[in-house]
Amino acid sequence: MNPWPFVIGAYALTLIGTAGVTLWSWAAMRRAEAEAARLGERP
Amino acid sequence: MHVYANPARFLKIARPLTAWLGWAGAALIALALAAGLFFSPADQLQGESVRILYVHVPAAWLGMAGWSAILVASLMQLVWRHPLAAIAGRAAAVPGALFAALCLATGSLWGRPTWGTYWEWDGRMTSMLVLLFLYLGYIALAGAEKEKGGEGRLTAIFGLIGAANLPIIHYSVIWWNTLHQGQSISFVRGTSTIAGPMLWPLLVSALGFSLLFGAVVLMRMRAELARNKVEARLKRMAQ
Repeated sequence: MNPWPFVIGAYALTLIGTAGVTLWSWAAMRRAEAEAARLGERP
Repeated sequence: MHVYANPARFLKIARPLTAWLGWAGAALIALALAAGLFFSPADQLQGESVRILYVHVPAAWLGMAGWSAILVASLMQLVWRHPLAAIAGRAAAVPGALFAALCLATGSLWGRPTWGTYWEWDGRMTSMLVLLFLYLGYIALAGAEKEKGGEGRLTAIFGLIGAANLPIIHYSVIWWNTLHQGQSISFVRGTSTIAGPMLWPLLVSALGFSLLFGAVVLMRMRAELARNKVEARLKRMAQ
């Protein structure tokens, strides 16, 4: 059995999952902090 | 730890630390995975499929480390009433669940060419699947409790009870005759049965993913703190 499709599949899943959760968390943080800063500037 | 109970003091450290952990983690992951894919040797018995080791083991480690973080956060919340503990526990749950799922998926992909099967109901795999379900339960419970305005005490108790699964996962390969291989690295004894050219990319990969995990937890904590600030401000404005 050729192992490479399994190796590539495992690496792809890990990289997509890790990048996905990192970008999602980063975007949520940026959005929430921008909203907090905008409200903080209001009188 | 109570020094960081003040969100302003915590944020002062968390802001630079998030970027530092994130970039250092990404660089180490890139180095380790390149070494794992192209430079480390194939295994004498398993051949090229052994390269899945460099993503599977860090995923398993972080799946368990994520719940260990929940355990510590739950204790800090229930015993010392640390104001950031509930936020830290919730922040660790989603990346922890992701890595538990990645551990199961990459293990499955490793199992097919090595054992001839994607899945077997053996002790290690079943207890890891239970961990994933515990994460999903924790995330659902935390969301429901927060929506109702609770302090997250029930979620913290669930975090303590769920930690009972961690020693089961760890000792499953000793307690039961499993298809999964036994322990290869012992940090307690400082020994390893893995050859040096395979060991260093594995350790660098585990360190890289751990640093990135830390960055993700900090990002999620900062997001929740900012949302809480907005909520409190909107409440004050409505009064």
